[in-house]
Amino acid sequence: MKSETKAYLFTKGVDLIALCRAEALPISEVMLRRELALADMPRETVLAELRETLATMRASVEQGLSEQKSSISGLTGGDAERLCSYAGRALMGEVMANSVAASMAVVEVNASMGRIVAAPTAGASGILPGVLLTLAKTRGWDDDALLRGLLTAGAIGMLIACGASISGAEGGCQAETGTGAAMAAASLVELSGGTPSQALHAAAIALKNVMGLVCDPVAGLVECPCIKRNALGAANAILSADLALAGIESLIPFDEVISAMKSVGRAMSPDLRETARGGIAATPTGKALQRALFGQGEEPERIG
Amino acid sequence: MQNFSLFDIIGPRMVGPSSSHTAGAAKLGHMAWKIARGDVKEAELTLYGSFATTGRGHGTDKALVAGILGLAPDDARLRYSMLLAQEAGVAVRVAFSDEEPDHPNTARIRITGADGKVTEVVGASIGGGNIRITEINGMAVELSGEYPTLIVRHTDVPGVINDVTSILAREKINVAFMRVFRQARRADACMVIETDTPVLERTRQLILEWCPQTTEVFTI
Repeated sequence: MKSETKAYLFTKGVDLIALCRAEALPISEVMLRRELALADMPRETVLAELRETLATMRASVEQGLSEQKSSISGLTGGDAERLCSYAGRALMGEVMANSVAASMAVVEVNASMGRIVAAPTAGASGILPGVLLTLAKTRGWDDDALLRGLLTAGAIGMLIACGASISGAEGGCQAETGTGAAMAAASLVELSGGTPSQALHAAAIALKNVMGLVCDPVAGLVECPCIKRNALGAANAILSADLALAGIESLIPFDEVISAMKSVGRAMSPDLRETARGGIAATPTGKALQRALFGQGEEPERIG
Repeated sequence: MQNFSLFDIIGPRMVGPSSSHTAGAAKLGHMAWKIARGDVKEAELTLYGSFATTGRGHGTDKALVAGILGLAPDDARLRYSMLLAQEAGVAVRVAFSDEEPDHPNTARIRITGADGKVTEVVGASIGGGNIRITEINGMAVELSGEYPTLIVRHTDVPGVINDVTSILAREKINVAFMRVFRQARRADACMVIETDTPVLERTRQLILEWCPQTTEVFTI
């Protein structure tokens, strides 16, 4: 690694903000320089890869909103389209409703074995593309702006991965849809002209809003409650971004929120961390669905 | 780990629904296909642990089959892989085992080629779409598939590592990671060499030809 690029490495929010301040750079540019340093690749190569990522995200939103495909298990499907048709009358407003619908659409595509981009995981893949691509239409953000949005989101996700976890098995749903919402919130702030510090406030607020949220997938599948948790994540992202842009701060700094998130994840029973043994997965209906899908009679051929 | 890449966080681009049960499984199948050098006439897949219990709901079987047909893990045709196998005339058998594996998401992939040659690969999906191959044709190995990899089966005698690596040196291939495994002294052994640039077929042939102690050479 070259020494001039080493300067862009960071694993804490405070270090990121210091880097942004020192050179008057947005989070996205610092993150891009970090990536160039780590991968030892030219700027254009990293941006081309990111463009490919954005294209896959866009295709997944479009596919989810245009096809009404049920999941391979048959448990879910069609809800994104339902919300889309209703969006004009939505209490939350049309833009928020469309963002939520787009987020659900991606996770429905995922559940039907379609192509998506994990952000940070497959179970939380809807939030970032859902809000970014929907708001891009009303806010006039072009693809170059969206690439910056992905970079900023990536910086937040990386910080959470370093300080806590982005895996439901380790940290519960807060680690997946909480992280997805924090990533999206920070990128919305940057694209709306907010400061790097406002972006971290937005991310901190989004994480605090779902601190302790459990991962309790019915039958162990990435469907119920994941699709609706992505709906919540999209709303959480937009809400947190707006709070921060209005000048509201998180009383607890971003880095401390991440530490708290890590402790909460550790304190959580394994039953509540992606094992499908707790939460709604353990309800009578949850268990009945699991039996219907994988239980007696439907049991696959067993050997050994 | 503090060196997460941007694309570890926003990525991988994959076919759902699960990074471990679908994307990882597809990658495992794809690795087996590469190890078998794309020659797949029959395949027997055995799923263990969580792959066996919830694999169907996550399309683990379809993902593995897509992999052994040579489809990339993010190929949208993954969900139709059973049909594709039929069309390609590849006979596939999927079995679900009760046996307790070392890692909860494990698959054993036994491939028979057109010439009857058998390649057997065991691997695990270790999270986030990442995998670890733990066995090739009965040899215990450990490789991730993140780098181009050269696997050399050889007899444990002095100088054999030197023979292989000097060919790599002449071919200007830089070694990133290298490990040597052996069953017993002077017995069956195996080197796993992860490199920065791909090892070409020519280099593979050179090793087979010039290193008499090597019995099998695979490139990934």
